[in-house]
Amino acid sequence: MSNTKLIKRILTYMSLVFTFVIFTFPFFLMIVNSFKTNGEILQSPFSLPHSLNFSHFIEVINKMNFSVSFMNSLLITVLSTILIVLFSSMTAYYLVRNNNRFSKIFFSVLVASMIIPFQSLMIPLIYIYGARLNLIDTIPIPLLIILYAGFGSALTVFFYHGFIKSIPIELEEAALLDGCTRRQTFFKIVFPMLTPTSLTVTILNVMWIWNDYLLPSLILSKENLYTMPIKMKVFNGTYMNNWELLIPALLLTIIPILVVYFIAQRKIIEGVMHGAIK
Amino acid sequence: MKKKILKKADSQLFFIFPTIAVFSIAVLIPFAYGLYLTFMNMPTIISTPIFGGLVNYKAAIKDSMFWSSMWLTVKYVAITVVLVNALGFALALLVTSGVKAQNFFRTSLFIPNLIGGLVLGYIWQFIFVQTLPAFGEKFGIEIFRLGWLGDADLAFWALVIVSVWQLAGYMMIIFIAGLVTVPKDVLEAATIDGANSWKRLINVTMPLMRPAFVITIFMTLKNSFMVYDINYSLTAGGPFNSTMMVSMNIVKKAFAENNYGMGQAEAIILFIIVAAISGVQVYIGKKGELKA
Repeated sequence: MSNTKLIKRILTYMSLVFTFVIFTFPFFLMIVNSFKTNGEILQSPFSLPHSLNFSHFIEVINKMNFSVSFMNSLLITVLSTILIVLFSSMTAYYLVRNNNRFSKIFFSVLVASMIIPFQSLMIPLIYIYGARLNLIDTIPIPLLIILYAGFGSALTVFFYHGFIKSIPIELEEAALLDGCTRRQTFFKIVFPMLTPTSLTVTILNVMWIWNDYLLPSLILSKENLYTMPIKMKVFNGTYMNNWELLIPALLLTIIPILVVYFIAQRKIIEGVMHGAIK
Repeated sequence: MKKKILKKADSQLFFIFPTIAVFSIAVLIPFAYGLYLTFMNMPTIISTPIFGGLVNYKAAIKDSMFWSSMWLTVKYVAITVVLVNALGFALALLVTSGVKAQNFFRTSLFIPNLIGGLVLGYIWQFIFVQTLPAFGEKFGIEIFRLGWLGDADLAFWALVIVSVWQLAGYMMIIFIAGLVTVPKDVLEAATIDGANSWKRLINVTMPLMRPAFVITIFMTLKNSFMVYDINYSLTAGGPFNSTMMVSMNIVKKAFAENNYGMGQAEAIILFIIVAAISGVQVYIGKKGELKA
């Protein structure tokens, strides 16, 4: 290896390690300080804890009612994502295989809608489903799930649309000739072939819905329905600057998604990559 | 015959009705109704809307708080879009330059994206309020000793830093996906023609990466124009409303001051600005696209 090449290589590694340290430093700080008392945190936020003291974690779990908001987040994310995947794949299949005028217009409307910022929809949403129809008080969770299904449909149909176009039609024709109905053909033949796309859209939608704050904060007003981000916001309001409790709470809030990431990191990165190419 | 048509209609509805229903409930109806609301006068949320013409738009145009938050947002968007894409692209080049542990770097630099803006804001609040001042104290670095979130200018840059930190890893992944598609033989041909690595990057790789840039710039544009969570949790618009972005301004107008008509008029102005800017960006980006 020549000298310039060696220097280049060393510089590359140095910049990568430097970025790595900067990018992960906040998490390191969270972990280190989660075992300390307020006094220790204020004195030296960088030092390692004297002992692995889990008492603040336990206090936070009890005070935060952690399991309730975790289950709420899980329920909302899972159900919304299932609806998005199911509805959007069916619709994209129909739009590709029936390329008529209606399909073209509907697809264009979906794609164009991706440019609408959420802020331009939220006031009418609250006005219609709150002040007018009162659904926010009566069925907040189902309403939220349906709204997510609606917001997620544009991008998801777009992904499926691109993928289904590349699937040859012969298999479906054979199935139809064998006496399958269109529904059977879709669920037994087409949907299984869509698995890579289904995985990508599941990852993208789960990441967005799990972390979303503004929409659920406008719709979920009862404490027993709070999702994890709302709970964290309320907890932060109650224990302002009480870092010995806030830091374990923040860690507990991010641990579930980090665990999923470490188990499925390859698939998640691949999913994001696939999501970008289209 | 009739039965057959009915059956066909039934099967069509089965495939498209669910999406039409949820999409209408979440997007189409609110969007149309939102436009209608901007022309209505509503003293309170429960009072019946009365036609008010352009009264809400006139109020929005005169609202100096709205325009100062819009100007701040535009500044924030411009800086964030440039920094996120530059850093994301640089990281993608570094990660794919044949280093060992490529996957390790890729995986760890993506982590900030997994966490929502609200939680990230609180984590960084700890850094700006507790950690950096302690660091500055220890090593005598003046800029870190100041409480960043208490100063209007520094608080703005705190928002920029956290946003870049959050988004750069995501864009890096998209750029890596794009870099893989740059054909090796074209790069080799350029090398034989005497292009050094810098020239290869500027004249070969970058033009071929145009489609990736169209996507990442669109995503960062829309994302930064809509920024709310980080703004809310990191600075809460403070000190003294100096870091209040347009989104937060609209939320405040609507849900704290209960001024739905004017808030929605401002939201529609925001929509027009975002649609115009990202429309032009995608149009220009796609127009000059090269086919590899």
